[in-house]
Amino acid sequence: MGVQGGRPPAMNIVVLVKQVPDTATERKLNPADNTLDRASSDGVINELDEYAIEEALLLKEKHGGEVTILSAGPDQATDSIRKALSMGADKAIHLNDEALHGSDSLQTAYALAQALRTTEFDVVVLGSESTDARTGVVGAALAEYLGLPQLTLANKVDIDGGTIRIQRQTDDGYDVVEAQLPAVVSVVEKINEPRYPSFKLIMAAKKKPVTKLDAAGAEIDPAKVGLANATTETVDFAAAPPRAAGTVVKDEGTGGVQIADFLASKKFV
Amino acid sequence: MAVDRSLPTSEAADLLDLTVSLVEEKIAPRAAVDERQGLFPRDLFTTLGHSGLLGLPYPEEYGGGGQPYEVYLQVVEELARGWLAVGLGLSVHTLACFPLAGFGSPNQRARLLPELIGGERLGAYCLSEAHSGSDAAALATRAAATDQGYRIDGAKSWITHGGVADFYTLFARTGAPDSGAKGISCFHVPAGSAGLAADAPERKMGMRSSPTAVVRFDGVEVAAEARIGEEGQGFPIALAALDAGRLGIAACAVGVAQAALELAVGYARQRRQFGRPIADFQGLSFMLADMATQTEAARELYLAAARRRDAGRPFGKQAAMAKLFATDVAMRVTTDAVQVLGGYGYTEDFPAERLMREAKVLQIVEGTNQIQRLVIGRHLSREA
Ligand SMILES: Cc1cc2nc3c(=O)[nH]c(=O)nc-3n(C[C@H](O)[C@H](O)[C@H](O)COP(=O)(O)OP(=O)(O)OC[C@H]3O[C@@H](n4cnc5c(N)ncnc54)[C@H](O)[C@@H]3O)c2cc1C
Repeated sequence: MGVQGGRPPAMNIVVLVKQVPDTATERKLNPADNTLDRASSDGVINELDEYAIEEALLLKEKHGGEVTILSAGPDQATDSIRKALSMGADKAIHLNDEALHGSDSLQTAYALAQALRTTEFDVVVLGSESTDARTGVVGAALAEYLGLPQLTLANKVDIDGGTIRIQRQTDDGYDVVEAQLPAVVSVVEKINEPRYPSFKLIMAAKKKPVTKLDAAGAEIDPAKVGLANATTETVDFAAAPPRAAGTVVKDEGTGGVQIADFLASKKFV
Repeated sequence: MAVDRSLPTSEAADLLDLTVSLVEEKIAPRAAVDERQGLFPRDLFTTLGHSGLLGLPYPEEYGGGGQPYEVYLQVVEELARGWLAVGLGLSVHTLACFPLAGFGSPNQRARLLPELIGGERLGAYCLSEAHSGSDAAALATRAAATDQGYRIDGAKSWITHGGVADFYTLFARTGAPDSGAKGISCFHVPAGSAGLAADAPERKMGMRSSPTAVVRFDGVEVAAEARIGEEGQGFPIALAALDAGRLGIAACAVGVAQAALELAVGYARQRRQFGRPIADFQGLSFMLADMATQTEAARELYLAAARRRDAGRPFGKQAAMAKLFATDVAMRVTTDAVQVLGGYGYTEDFPAERLMREAKVLQIVEGTNQIQRLVIGRHLSREA
């Protein structure tokens, strides 16, 4: 960023947005290559990414600057990019290449890192995990590839001059983590309440620039991405077992205790 | 069972998507509880304002959405499907903005329209009085000329958003007491004007979350600039507003009917009697078939009238037909929905009875269905 102390003149914020199958619909894997069958269900923005977008918009409102959406995905990811733009982001980069199909978390992080090298940024914001793969490692791997500090699981973000400070959510409270910009931040859902797009922003979104990027454009080494080169392999999959019948507790004076014990055993209380 | 709509543009499709997610996530989940308690959901209108839904059919240059009626009305329908108090509230707000948008001077429009249609303010439309309902031209509220403008005295009845609105679009008599339809003028009166006050809301059969109240004007002083259109032009303005407003009521009616239809079909598919779902009984499925057919026909009728309006053709007769037909359909379909749910339909545990109570008001407001027939009959006897 090149700014020493004081407030950056304007912040370039990049938000990583992934299109995932709608969790409300039935999701399928493709038996041919054990990858997600993206055509079988509606694509939506990964829920946590909406919190990341909201946080980026809040940072922009506070510090000025620009919010850029970066999404890696097939053609239909355009819908989710539009939605992100209609929440108020300024522009987008769509990394789309058949060579990326089947990339695992590590390869995706590498590809995103390469794509990020095509643009200037002070902070990268992403959701702490996606509802489809749930590996939760892309943020960390990305920071590693970029050689930048990673601040994960943030439920609060503050930027003051060139310093970023977050509260990292833990099981029993939070840690305060601080780093110098540029940095990579992953957020959890407690951080904010994502806004609804407005009709005016929906119309404006149609005119916002979306840069198309392929693997070559991002200088992605084809030998490092795609199903054939993946570092992990999906060996097998099976349908989730049907839900077992619930336990019926008959209250014979100890119902309350039994419920409390149940909640405690599930760590709800 | 989302309604399969043919929309003219992709932006209209996005707008309907936005509306449906607002309805499903923010609006519908609150309807039952808030209606029981008679809570007015002001915050939801703020949300509609944020989302740009409070000025959809008005020009973009003043902060509106620049949408045809065909699209705006389907947004109203979706909102009413989730909660009539919100759908009808939007329709009444749009009605209240109509005189200024259509008949205001360039100066008035530039000064007032952006905050009316592009913001979060909510309007009320004040025509009816205790002794002047269907015979609206008999209104007695007086606007007497003063040196600075007008002094308004009188009381308006049945005012939707009375007491909670940010502005009141008022029709008052500027002519002699016996001047009839020719002696009426239209005014823009901000809430908070000295002498303006609302009574406690009426205790209604349904739609209790939409406050309806008497609004009193007790020596309210307004500037000459507050008058919209010419002196004496008020009644034609009121009727023009109602022509468009009736389409809003028709859209609300289709939304309520759609909600009842979805409820009844969903219930009939899972409720079992005599060893099978009740939807499998022909006697019941014929009822569902009639409900679906009527709802669809009502939707197409209001859309046909809306498309005439969007094309700049006369649509008054068609709007009256759509209002008459759609609200009668809503009444029948909601009544049948209670029947489909049997005893459960008669309880507050399911929304069927609420929808039935809500449908009834739509046969009364913005011209009773007798008055719609009167309007249609007049068109028929005058047309060549
Ligand atoms: C919930 C609610 C909200 C409302 N919101 C508003 C609002 O925001 N602004 C506003 O100005 N008004 C509003 N109204 C008033 C509404 O428009 C009137 O109630 C309606 O116009 C009927 O007037 P009335 O109630 O005085 O009935 P009346 O005119 O007294 O009618 C009584 C009966 O006589 C019938 N009738 C009357 N004249 C004829 C005729 N010539 N031929 C045949 N039958 C006839 C009517 O159809 C009706 O059945 C609202 C009313 C309600 C209930």
